[in-house]
Amino acid sequence: MSAENQYHALSVNESLCYGCTHCMNVCPTDAIRISAGKAYIRRDWCVDCGECMKACTVDAFYVEQDDFDKIFDYKYRVALVPAVMIGQFPSNVSESEIFSVMREIGFTHVFQTEHTVDVINERIIEEQMKENVKPLISSYCPAVVRLIQVRFPSLVDHIVLVKPPIDASALFFRRKLQDMGIPDNEIGLFYVTPCPAKIAAVKSPVGEEKSSVNGVINMDFLYNKVLLGIQGRAGKGTRAAGDTLPNLSAKSILWSLTNGETPYVRGRCLAIDEIHNVIDFLEKIENDEITDVDFLELRACDESCAGGVLVVGNRFLTVERLHKRAQLFKDIHGMPEDLEPYTDYLKKKLSIHPVEPRSMLALDEDTGKAVQKMLQVRKMMCYLPGIDCGACGAPNCQSLAKDIVQKEAQLSNCVFIQRMMEKNKKLHGDHAIRIIEKVWGKDRLDKDCTKLGAKNEGM
Amino acid sequence: MLFKYEVEGGNFSKAGFASSEIKKILKQINIDAKIIKRIVVALYEGEVNVVAHATRGTVLADIDDKQIYIRIEDEGPGINDINLAMKEGYSTASEKVREMGFGAGMGLPNIKRNTDWLNLTSNVGEGTVLEMKTFF
Repeated sequence: MSAENQYHALSVNESLCYGCTHCMNVCPTDAIRISAGKAYIRRDWCVDCGECMKACTVDAFYVEQDDFDKIFDYKYRVALVPAVMIGQFPSNVSESEIFSVMREIGFTHVFQTEHTVDVINERIIEEQMKENVKPLISSYCPAVVRLIQVRFPSLVDHIVLVKPPIDASALFFRRKLQDMGIPDNEIGLFYVTPCPAKIAAVKSPVGEEKSSVNGVINMDFLYNKVLLGIQGRAGKGTRAAGDTLPNLSAKSILWSLTNGETPYVRGRCLAIDEIHNVIDFLEKIENDEITDVDFLELRACDESCAGGVLVVGNRFLTVERLHKRAQLFKDIHGMPEDLEPYTDYLKKKLSIHPVEPRSMLALDEDTGKAVQKMLQVRKMMCYLPGIDCGACGAPNCQSLAKDIVQKEAQLSNCVFIQRMMEKNKKLHGDHAIRIIEKVWGKDRLDKDCTKLGAKNEGM
Repeated sequence: MLFKYEVEGGNFSKAGFASSEIKKILKQINIDAKIIKRIVVALYEGEVNVVAHATRGTVLADIDDKQIYIRIEDEGPGINDINLAMKEGYSTASEKVREMGFGAGMGLPNIKRNTDWLNLTSNVGEGTVLEMKTFF
């Protein structure tokens, strides 16, 4: 899929964004710029990791989700719920209570995303047995897959070409319902997502043509709906939890957390979470500094999916609850009964196409031109102060220098260069203010006592 | 384009800095990933050699649109027998260095494998100059 067609789940609400530098400074791919007082995401640079959304002080980032009523377009409305959703609720709320409320609000079936983990695990091991590059990198986290595409294009061959649980389970449950005589077009599969990257992966999958998920619902939205339902019914449910599903094993319950995959794959395995840690490690892999690792489980969020930006609860409490749950089911081993007959079907369907690199680092496709641009960038850096303040609307001086060379910004965007130009009578003070307003919005430097932290904040 | 990096003898945690920086530059000028890998592997080995054997060194890189030329110069013990040093498995690394996972005698042979041209000169008791070229 070309970069232009890449779906992105993260957007900026321009009426809420007041133009600060928090999101721009944390973006691991330098994908954010400020212009006219608002944050803009460079679509083809963004990997949907959600760091900007976590950093925003005014909740200006939002994740586009499918309209909840879209579920009623289907006769059979299936919710695919990941384990971290269950981990949001205190331990006195049972899984069956959660599922029963979900049926009350409109779903006909509630299934767990990690249901197919054992088949995925077997396929990963099959991939490990092949003559492959080392280390193999798990395809579990879609933000990591995209990060590798844009920042580590030389490592795309390391990604294990096996579908993650969301796609595998969607395939399985769809097939299972079909085998019960339900026509395909009457089945609507909706994934309850802990993060924007998973939405993007459903809307524009990497390495597959089309996802078998019909829509995505944000976990924070559904959590509120379910919690209200639980409080409202006070123990008196109107619906049962639905078909009693086999309880998942401890392995499945913990699969989405850090070190969820590593105990079950071959050889020397490492689990690394949080996107900056992942980047540091990928740098080392790319430099061949680390060569004796067989498998890497890389997750963009701290504490993996429990730390997803759409997960409401505290990530450490979520992890603790899921570990307690896993302890409870520690005697359950192996594949869920209903999955066994589908193992061969699923295994065949779990492969994805090789992941294509789409590097956003090159200054020009033509090396000759890129060298010329590099020379210009280095020349610009002679003048820029290296303070990396972000006041120009780019995350650091280096980024501004590149933007200038790519004709997307000007040297006078730098506030320090402006002072030097004023001193040398090359820029009028009024003009300098106009430049600042172009980046930070009109009247942005006027006194405003209602802004964050000011004496009349929020009034 | 000229780039210069200092390498500190004995500081293994900093070995790899120059190769990381050069890698970033090469990605920006759109060099093929496989060629970048060869260059980075060779340069990293070169850096480790300075860290493991010398007191200090410098990495000088000259990049244009056709090739990269790298010159690693160090102040250190120098190499007694260059032919022997180029042999796989031959190493003069100390026990301490080997304990850290380095010094298997694969450094120079690995550099040779990953470059298109290599020149090694050394004065015993003074230092070593390693020059290498890789064509894009």
